[in-house]
Amino acid sequence: MANERPKADVVIVGLGWAGSVMAEELTRAGLNVVAIERGAWRDTSTDFPPAVDPDELRWHTRRELLQPMSVETTTFRNKTGQTAAPVRNWNAFQFGWNVGGAGTHWAGMSWRFLPWDFEVATQTAERYGQERLDSLMAEGLQLQDWGVTYEEMAPYYDRFERIAGTSGKAGNLNGERIKGGNVFEGPRERDYPTPELKDTNWMRMYRETTEGMGYNPFTIPAGNISQSYVNPLGVTMGPCTYCGFCDFHGCGNFSKSSPQACILPALMRRPNFTVLTETEVLHAVKHEDGKTVKGVQFVTRDGEEGFQPADVVCITAYQMDNVRLMLLSGIGEQYDPTTMRGTIGRNYNYQTCSSVTGFFSGAKMNPFIGGGALGVQIDDYNGDNFDHADLDFIGGAGIMGYSTNGRPIANMNGIRPGNKRWGSEWKEAYARDYQEVANIFCQGTSMPTRDAYLSLDPTYKDRHGQPLLRLTFDWNRNDKSMIDYATEKAIEIMKEAGGEDLMVDNQAEAAWNPYKQHSSHTIGGLVMGSDPSTSALNPYLQSWDCHNMFSVGASAFPNNGGYNPTLTVGALAVRAARAIHETYINNPGPLVEA
Amino acid sequence: MTSRKSPGMNRRQALFSIGTAAAATGLATTGRAAELHGFPHETAMSADHLPVPAHRGGSFRILTDETDRATLKAAFDRLIPADDQGPSASEAGCLEFLDDQLSRPYGEGAALYLDGPMNREREAAIMGAAQVFATPRDRYAAGLPALEAYAQATDGAAFAALSPDRIDEILTGLEAGEIDLGDDVDGQAFFELMLQNAREGYLADPLYGGNRDMAGWKMIGFPGARYDFRPYIDKRGEELNLTPVSLIPND
Repeated sequence: MANERPKADVVIVGLGWAGSVMAEELTRAGLNVVAIERGAWRDTSTDFPPAVDPDELRWHTRRELLQPMSVETTTFRNKTGQTAAPVRNWNAFQFGWNVGGAGTHWAGMSWRFLPWDFEVATQTAERYGQERLDSLMAEGLQLQDWGVTYEEMAPYYDRFERIAGTSGKAGNLNGERIKGGNVFEGPRERDYPTPELKDTNWMRMYRETTEGMGYNPFTIPAGNISQSYVNPLGVTMGPCTYCGFCDFHGCGNFSKSSPQACILPALMRRPNFTVLTETEVLHAVKHEDGKTVKGVQFVTRDGEEGFQPADVVCITAYQMDNVRLMLLSGIGEQYDPTTMRGTIGRNYNYQTCSSVTGFFSGAKMNPFIGGGALGVQIDDYNGDNFDHADLDFIGGAGIMGYSTNGRPIANMNGIRPGNKRWGSEWKEAYARDYQEVANIFCQGTSMPTRDAYLSLDPTYKDRHGQPLLRLTFDWNRNDKSMIDYATEKAIEIMKEAGGEDLMVDNQAEAAWNPYKQHSSHTIGGLVMGSDPSTSALNPYLQSWDCHNMFSVGASAFPNNGGYNPTLTVGALAVRAARAIHETYINNPGPLVEA
Repeated sequence: MTSRKSPGMNRRQALFSIGTAAAATGLATTGRAAELHGFPHETAMSADHLPVPAHRGGSFRILTDETDRATLKAAFDRLIPADDQGPSASEAGCLEFLDDQLSRPYGEGAALYLDGPMNREREAAIMGAAQVFATPRDRYAAGLPALEAYAQATDGAAFAALSPDRIDEILTGLEAGEIDLGDDVDGQAFFELMLQNAREGYLADPLYGGNRDMAGWKMIGFPGARYDFRPYIDKRGEELNLTPVSLIPND
């Protein structure tokens, strides 16, 4: 094959969080690893120092750290039968476009999922009866367990938190509930690596209000760390300065957990690690028997193709691209919503969200003091933390009062309802309301359905002539009921806090489209599980159809928790990498019998 | 080895190559994958990540037509008029800001997906609003003359010569989707583009040519490109009175 590179033990496709966590584990175990990343090399001091980073127009408005749609976009439709349209402009999706991936520009909310999130099907039947589960399934939900429990995940969560330096306060230490932490979290063996962040004005108001209402507020665990910290790889991080230029920006301060800040300084120094930058993997190449792959075909920035042979291929791109690369490689069978056969593209789902905005006359919120993950949350209505026996839905939402930023362009419509967005009326309103506005966000679970899935678009192509990924999705009845319920709770909190002139944005009230930008958390399509007829990957993230392919990302989640996905992605990456170097590499074959 | 450049994408590809080529200096050989071994020890800023200040020198490079510019100024200064809260859009440099932005990859629509087939009705139905099918530069090139033509047709006068109340009336009609600017221009979408850009110019770092004297930031009390609020986070409900700072020295 032309332009064939020396063979690697493992090739990593996409060097974001999942890819760099896996590469670190695998190289430390002595394996020769080549990572291939579509974007450029980016580092803290050379690419986003504090003299470059606090630039809203460039990083947030123009999104210059994100993958442009001209490089690759998705197509979208609400339901089968419609002709999908390409997503042409900036939208809800926030794909990475550099070494570090979305782990460079993310906000940093660093959640463990609840034990319930991993076993939605089993625990729903156990608590509410098999009939309840059957009725949800008959309605179109496609509920299934992950094939791994929280208890099994806990050590991997712990490892990733240690690498990331996560700040927070434990709420459940080995079963002991601790006030001030999240008392609903699954048990953890030890506290967070760094203490929780400080409260802003609004966080303090939110904390006192929710506590007074009998809820259990806690500081959101954050990849914005609270004090200097040396992680297990010997990399030093610095304390967050609450600069308010966090999500969509790099961090010039080594304070935001990212591959750059936490892993690459150690990984890059290992002689058995190589990264090919500005090089895009087009697809994996199968062996003649079709049961394994022999490597990946790539194209360089200059348009020349090459081949990277490897014993193991790990697909660790963003969720959407993990699914797309599997389809472009011809691995497994495309999911079909009419026959419900096939597993690739199955169980696509999203994050069901709403926001409640209130205004506080005369307040000085100082919203520019912020962090991407800075907020106080209650989990009293998340997951299955409350009784659903008399409710017509399962799942729930984390309800947070947050202080992520006061970026002036991003917040320019944050004015009292009824005011014009232009003219002297806007100027007067914004001059007053900038300091008086506060927000509550409900970040809810999403349940998979039969009708929501991913496939290749028949018409639209990327810059290399390969088909774009097509997304078929709309809200389901269960999730709409859930977010209606959570939104009412958020409205009560906002009123109790003293907020007036409320604005409620419940995006599930109408059909979804990608310009509704409440969340970038796209999930599923290449899900893990213990049943090969309903999952693409086994519980070690290994393809059921091709045993030397592994894929890690939120694409592996069969359903979404009421949380941001990154910590779970990182934990799954540790788990998959350990399965590879502890077991698979010495005895290649399926790690789980189909 | 095959070349995989797809037809019709060359301009945008070229734009991205200019940026990324500089970042990869010393890493790549033409054609081969850029291979990185070991931790790079270069400490100079990556060339494509250095901030690029707005073009200065008083001349317009994209908005070169005087009538277009007069129309734009008239619209911008009603979107953000001079009043007790601060200067107008044009006084704050928003025209210079826009001209500079349109000269950059943003103006070229470098990030947009503009491949066909294009179907306005179908795409708008699925996406909930009109989609973009042209670069910002092309949209201004079509939109400003359409606005002028509308004024000439309805009022028999130049848009820039209309009274503030009449301009407000037209802007209100555009915002509501009630004014037809012809087949080539979606009036409502063009209003949103102007409103977005005018307010960007008023609120972005002065590095980009607008927000002169940080007037937009002073209006709301935003302290600018500061990087450490640890001394202030524990203060409750206080006006901090922080002087705003820009990424460039205030000249």
